[in-house]
Amino acid sequence: MSLATFDLSPLRRADRWHPAELAFWLLPVAAYLVFPDNLVLLTQIAITALFCLSLDLILGYAGIVSLGHAAFFGFGAYAAGLLAANGIGDPLAGLAVAALASAALGFVTSFLVLRGSDLTRLMVTLGIAMMLYEVANKLTDLTGGVDGLQGIEMTPLLGRFSFDLYGKTAYWYAVAVLFLLFWAARRLVHSPFGLSLKGIRLNVARMPAIGAPVNARLSAIYTIGAAYAGIAGALLAQTTQFVALDVLSFNRSAELMLILVLGGSGSLYGAVIGTIVFMSAHHVLSDMNPEYWQFWLGALLVLVVLFARDGVMGSVRRLSHAAGGRRKGER
Amino acid sequence: MDYALQTRNLAKNFGGFTATNNVSLNIEAGARHALIGPNGAGKTTLINLLTGFLEPTAGRVILQGEDVTRLGQHQRVKRGLARTFQINRLFADLTVLESVTMAVNERLGVGARFWKPVGAHHQAVDEAVALLDSLRLLDVAHATTRSLAYGKQRLIEIALALAMKPRVLLLDEPAAGVPTTESRELFESIAALPRDVTILLIEHDMDLVFRFADRISVLVGGALLTHGTPEVIASDPKVREVYLGEAICA
Ligand SMILES: Nc1ncnc2c1ncn2[C@@H]1O[C@H](COP(=O)(O)OP(=O)(O)OP(=O)(O)O)[C@@H](O)[C@H]1O
Ligand SMILES: [Mg+2]
Repeated sequence: MSLATFDLSPLRRADRWHPAELAFWLLPVAAYLVFPDNLVLLTQIAITALFCLSLDLILGYAGIVSLGHAAFFGFGAYAAGLLAANGIGDPLAGLAVAALASAALGFVTSFLVLRGSDLTRLMVTLGIAMMLYEVANKLTDLTGGVDGLQGIEMTPLLGRFSFDLYGKTAYWYAVAVLFLLFWAARRLVHSPFGLSLKGIRLNVARMPAIGAPVNARLSAIYTIGAAYAGIAGALLAQTTQFVALDVLSFNRSAELMLILVLGGSGSLYGAVIGTIVFMSAHHVLSDMNPEYWQFWLGALLVLVVLFARDGVMGSVRRLSHAAGGRRKGER
Repeated sequence: MDYALQTRNLAKNFGGFTATNNVSLNIEAGARHALIGPNGAGKTTLINLLTGFLEPTAGRVILQGEDVTRLGQHQRVKRGLARTFQINRLFADLTVLESVTMAVNERLGVGARFWKPVGAHHQAVDEAVALLDSLRLLDVAHATTRSLAYGKQRLIEIALALAMKPRVLLLDEPAAGVPTTESRELFESIAALPRDVTILLIEHDMDLVFRFADRISVLVGGALLTHGTPEVIASDPKVREVYLGEAICA
């Protein structure tokens, strides 16, 4: 093969939108039409999907394990909640403040998290989230402690769409934010920065030898992931007009990890699909069997980890590969 | 005399074991310098100290006149020091082109760009393609690294270092694991590098060493035994003693 005949298109086309992706983003519209009475649940799914996307950026792409990602979610929720409870009820201003607050927390803590091995990282992230939980618990004057933060009043979105009782505005608001941030994340993972994160995950020891400042890159993505999580937390505070202490709980961090593994870490759609599968299963199973639903979720997780590597998205990839292979074989 | 790379009393201990022992080495700019010595002599360790992969227990590393002892690996790379690893350290799930483009991105300073796709950074991509072409890797450019034979992967190892457009290149047994036929090609492409690139080569094949090098340093037990031109080294009785039984032909 020569330079003149070399085909660059596999690299050039890597970031093109696949028709299946476009179809995927019609799902929120379909869900709205099919389940008009479940908008609250659907809004939660969109918010959790965004939260999961933020973990996917740092874990799935950069390989930073975290058992305390709720720290940023909760920090953003309280930031947006406190802002709105103190008279600044503009939703987008709330998102911006939450994003900045969580990003700042992410940036500062990144220096603690980035030193050490995976086990150290698990413990440091866990510890930071625990400390934050206790601080929020203690500062009852500010956060309401275990009673939660109340008195959040939102002004209409863009000055036009007020948050209605049925949750229509809340739903479209959450979906729109999810889509925009998904789009931005998609650009990021296909950029040179995203490529260098993959390089770091695949072989961190080699990266400095090609001149890449590993810690700076990890610090940057950790900060971005924290901002994403903060925005997800803010969406929850704004759409439910309440912040419960459990936004910072260990359970939320652990469940998020579970969702990401279920969907397939290292794939942006894995994060979203994992959330849809998990929360739907949660909803259906807990309806059927309020006491033992966690048993079935646990069973599902074990099966996925053992038999469907890389979660739902991994299976999809393998199936489409197999189908593609067969098609080629027929020709 | 202009030196590309120097060490001053460089030492490295692993626990109580001295892997590098008071090494003061001078590598002239533009040299084809070979570093030889028996297994376990500390050759790889010395490269690790030169590049900042390891921190020295004592001593200094001077790159093109600048003391870089305190600098991290990527900072030394930015100053023109690149290396290959004795055992491949590659990106198994990336394609060959992605790997090399990633390396070129870093050299061009666009590795942190987060908005435009990789493929839209034309200068980096074009340069990566040209480099793959020069190493005859174009036909596997879109294959994942893990799908290639070890010998081919070895070329990616070298491509990643060449992507740095180094002023000083450290090659740790570049042909190890490469079939003989291909290793000749490999050394041809190394020999074809611009003369102003300084090369330090670790290699066990004495034929290759004596064909390639204009300076040779001999490392034994972590310490420099001797150094000089190939003729001097070939006739040095101390070196003959170390390589007892091995033929040295100048
Ligand atoms: N990280 C380490 N910890 C402990 N000992 C080490 C470490 N790295 C190297 N050594 C020891 O230091 C000595 C020198 O090793 P090194 O790899 O530098 O030798 P070498 O000259 O490159 O050998 P070879 O020709 O086999 O590649 C060996 O005895 C090795 O066991
Ligand atoms: Mg070695």
